[in-house]
Amino acid sequence: MQSSITNTATRYGWAMIILHWLIGLIFIGQFVLGFVMMRIDSQRTSFELIQLHKSFGFLLLGLVILRIAWRVGDAAPALPPSVGTLERKAAPLAHFALYAFQVALPLSGWTLVSVSTLEIPTMPFNQFVMPDLPLAESDAAESFWSAAHWYLAYAGIALVALHILAAMRHHFLLRDSVLTRIITPSSARE
Amino acid sequence: MHARILGLAAFAACLAAPVCAAVALSDAAGSYTISPAGSSIRFTIGKAGGGGFGGAFGRFKGTIRIDNADVGRSKVNLTIFPESVGTGQGRIDAFLRSDAVFDSANNPEIQFRSTNVTRTGETTAVVTGRLTARGKTFSEKFTAELDGLKSGTIKFHVTGKVLRSRYGMDVGTPIYSNVVDFDMTLTGRRG
Repeated sequence: MQSSITNTATRYGWAMIILHWLIGLIFIGQFVLGFVMMRIDSQRTSFELIQLHKSFGFLLLGLVILRIAWRVGDAAPALPPSVGTLERKAAPLAHFALYAFQVALPLSGWTLVSVSTLEIPTMPFNQFVMPDLPLAESDAAESFWSAAHWYLAYAGIALVALHILAAMRHHFLLRDSVLTRIITPSSARE
Repeated sequence: MHARILGLAAFAACLAAPVCAAVALSDAAGSYTISPAGSSIRFTIGKAGGGGFGGAFGRFKGTIRIDNADVGRSKVNLTIFPESVGTGQGRIDAFLRSDAVFDSANNPEIQFRSTNVTRTGETTAVVTGRLTARGKTFSEKFTAELDGLKSGTIKFHVTGKVLRSRYGMDVGTPIYSNVVDFDMTLTGRRG
């Protein structure tokens, strides 16, 4: 019997579908929030948005760990036969890079708050204190990780844009099931 | 002059024998101007997960008047200039001065005007008064302890807790405690 929670040979199950969209939404939302919180005039709003950004960052990290565990335990479906040889080689690299950014962004953010000389505690959604990573604080380390987090965010969002364009190409030009199979386990296509 | 020296001697004796502290306080009667040298206004705010951060106000002014007949009618006026806040971290100072906390550009003064002084011990008193910050006024209590009295100089150690949320300064709660612990040394010079 085919389960709709787990993946099959040709379809994604609900677990991967929900994690994909939830993480995608938070990832893009975090980019927008990060952009706004650093430019807003009100110091109070800026402070509050930064705390919200940290909260969603930890939520993202938790979901990404769950997603990687699921991905390891539940093999992704094979690409549709219509996908070309070059794309067949490029897709795993692109997906690996997407996973790498999903891990690197929250981790670099956590590192940034851990080395910051402002020593602002992290309380995800005001629920509990998330300890800092055991790293030495310094202005130099803070500047470095601030820049690293920033560049990773831009590179990550560029990769997400590429990912979206590739999905659009599959759906509207190649008209295959690559996009629809990450929307629902029972796609009409193929 | 001779009487004053005797009074001071009485006060010195009182430090050793608190029984005659009343004599000392009556000897302390008079008006004093708070002297920035020898005075400090420090505060600490606890942080979630332990520890806290602290700072001090560099500029303030005020007067202490100790009533001869009735200590309860003594007066304390204190004005703090929040622009002078210092925590040792420039970015935090800028944040505290901004409209997120003190809004010192629009509210350059924090004022305390005592309404009642109640003796609680030989050298201690509770000072109740009206604290005004960011246009909001509430009654607050501070504990004052006489720390020294000599040649026209009086020194108090003053402590108290203030809930910052009431003054529109609740930013950062609950990461940073709503309770601000004040620890002040106020040295007054007669005149």
